[in-house]
Amino acid sequence: MLIAVMALVGPWISPNDYVATDLDRILRSPSAAGMHWFGTDGLGRDLFVRTMHGIRVTMLVAIVASVVSLFIGVAYGAIAGFVGGRVDAVMMRLVDTLYALPFIFFVILLMVAFERNFLLIFVAIGAINWLDMARIVRGQTLSLREREFVEAARLTGVSTARIIFRHIAPNLMGIVIVYVTLTIPQAILVESFLSFLGLGVQEPQTSLGALVDAGVNQMERAAFTLLIPATLLAVILMCFNFLGDGLRDYFDARHSQ
Amino acid sequence: MSLLDVTGLTIRYGDDTVVAGVDVFVERGESVGLVGESGSGKSQSALAILGLLPKNARVDGSIEFDGQQILGESEKSLNTIRARRIGMVFQDPMQALNPYLRVGAQLKQIILSHGLAEKDEASHRAIEMLAKVGLPDPERQSRAYPHQLSGGMRQRVMLASALIAEPDLLIADEPTTALDVTVQAQILDLLEDIRDNTALLLITHDLGVVAGYCEHMIVLERGRVVDAGPTTSLFAGPGHAHTQRLIAAAPRVDRGGAPAPVSASTILSVGDAAVDYDELHAVVNVSFSVRKGETVAVVGESGSGKSSLVRAVLGLVPMAAGRVVYSGETLDGPVETRSLDGRRDLQLVFQDPVSALNPQMRVQTIVEESLLVHEPALGAAERRASVVAMLEKVGLEKKFLRRFPHELSGGQAQRVAIARALILDPKILICDEAVAALDGTVRAQVLDLLRSVQEETGLSIVFISHDLAVVRSISHRVLVMYMGRLVEAANNESLFARPAHPYTQALIKSVPVPDPVVAPGRAPLLGEVPSLLNPPSGCVFHPRCPRADAACSDTTPVLRDLDGTRVACHHPGN
Repeated sequence: MLIAVMALVGPWISPNDYVATDLDRILRSPSAAGMHWFGTDGLGRDLFVRTMHGIRVTMLVAIVASVVSLFIGVAYGAIAGFVGGRVDAVMMRLVDTLYALPFIFFVILLMVAFERNFLLIFVAIGAINWLDMARIVRGQTLSLREREFVEAARLTGVSTARIIFRHIAPNLMGIVIVYVTLTIPQAILVESFLSFLGLGVQEPQTSLGALVDAGVNQMERAAFTLLIPATLLAVILMCFNFLGDGLRDYFDARHSQ
Repeated sequence: MSLLDVTGLTIRYGDDTVVAGVDVFVERGESVGLVGESGSGKSQSALAILGLLPKNARVDGSIEFDGQQILGESEKSLNTIRARRIGMVFQDPMQALNPYLRVGAQLKQIILSHGLAEKDEASHRAIEMLAKVGLPDPERQSRAYPHQLSGGMRQRVMLASALIAEPDLLIADEPTTALDVTVQAQILDLLEDIRDNTALLLITHDLGVVAGYCEHMIVLERGRVVDAGPTTSLFAGPGHAHTQRLIAAAPRVDRGGAPAPVSASTILSVGDAAVDYDELHAVVNVSFSVRKGETVAVVGESGSGKSSLVRAVLGLVPMAAGRVVYSGETLDGPVETRSLDGRRDLQLVFQDPVSALNPQMRVQTIVEESLLVHEPALGAAERRASVVAMLEKVGLEKKFLRRFPHELSGGQAQRVAIARALILDPKILICDEAVAALDGTVRAQVLDLLRSVQEETGLSIVFISHDLAVVRSISHRVLVMYMGRLVEAANNESLFARPAHPYTQALIKSVPVPDPVVAPGRAPLLGEVPSLLNPPSGCVFHPRCPRADAACSDTTPVLRDLDGTRVACHHPGN
């Protein structure tokens, strides 16, 4: 939470701009002087502001990608699971086929085919995450479909769409929410990984992955440029994992009552 | 001195007292029944005696076993007592047996770890014990994994492992509740036969079992003993009000009370219905009809196809052959393709009310949902009013509208499920084991509710049940199914007075009667239901039938009329 708030307000409280370069002060160590709390990078840009900006970009990518995968995955999985039969078989084979595509290869192809842009990262990450979500949702739907309250709804003439959205979907929420909190760190990792390889966010935009990449280049001269973004990345990942654990316990408790 | 002497047993979880000052005495060789409805604390008391309660339970009082205080004993010394001197059997043998070990090996492990025999002797002892509990071909079966055995066979293995050390006391917690009635009779007989000098503490909700097999009984209500004494005198004398309530609520298979027969027009007729699941023929050529205002019971053990039959009639599972005619209209295809009116008139109530209600919806939403489909003209206020009226009819107050299913008791949840089915004003209500999961007194209330709705509205009811005593009390006509076939169909009166099919006769005899004066007969049927994947030739019942001859294994009997009863048997009659 603290990190999220910092990332939101951070760029405003610091006088420095994330693109402003100050070639007089490159690779300064963190200090209060000149308001460079995390120091500056190889181009003299303020690392605090750039880190906060990087967190924003990383979180935005991760959350948008997860939400995208949530909607596609839940709708796709619920339909496949509920309709069943041949529709299910065709839909799930498509998922299997997409799984078989090598992801990095896929992203590089996208980068080559289109301009490098921000949107592509969402598409790329969303495109892998929804596959997992669809599988999980389909499995849950298959077991929910056999539940007696669904049979009762079919008997009374409730429409298929209403059964999926009123009877199946709400009962999927527990596992879906938990799973989303687990896909967010996964998306963060993937984004960082892409940026680290130079395939992700492009300058002057930045993300935690890109900062770590830059930090690696400066490692011998200024270790803090690597350590600060890397530590924050690790802390964020841990936070989301704890959040996932907590939510899972919450939903378990409700069911056991 | 008693073998087991429990005094003032109190069990608390936090501020919740689940057992309050219970006394239990068991003499050597005696059988004692611990009776009560769910939540009465009977299982908790048994677990306390065994020292198996979870760590957060606070236990007070005194538990003396053979003069030795065992409450608060160390786990190690309890283990010795539990293994050598107290045996235990639980309701679900699948949970109590290790799924990764062959049953013979599990017995051997018990024998070796308690030094009951030498290593080279152990296998032999295990097989001997399995033979003693009536496992057919024990040599071969000892190499089976638990999942390869039927429920009855697994319970036999459990009994073998509980009794192999020849304990002084056997504690059995609902040992036959999960079993079919003919298998239950076999297991109860076995329990009686091989007990020798072992005392028995039998925990059960079934008064019939206690009346037939226990010398003493203890009645629990909400964690307190309300009655204790010899079984015969508790059944005979005017005991505690709760005991009387329990006895009054237990239906008897040996006594009539059938509702007056109705003679009205046929509303539903099913002809030559068949249901296949791939290679498995779950229902084979079953025909029956339902008249207006009539209750037709479908009885049979698990795997008899009774649920598949009505699910096919409703269009929830595909019907392989046959036709369903409902007041002149042919119903076929899955339920989604049927006309809304046709769907409206046939409604279903399920066995487990908890899984039949969407856990994420409030009672009001659950009950009114079908009105949205069938009465789209109704406004929100009118819908609410009809839900309130319906709930009132099933005996629930207005305050239940905002509840979620997990905030309801089993009986309340089943009433909500019935309200949901009845709000469309159906002509036929199908109850699939609708009272099987309920406690005796609640079951009696729900049955009364169904009867009064029927009297009021002329509703027809198809009542699926494995419990013949309940069937006798509620149905006009009875269909008996075995392995997917209809073996006998008759009106209530004649079916229970003069059952013609040997299977029907055995079923009726297997039901324990809640009256110690009626001596329980020996289990009338041996063996268990064969696999549906590989049904016996000719009459499917012939391998278990006492009257079977060569003709029975050659030719399949067809249903024929016999004094107003339809029966499929080569040798019908008493």
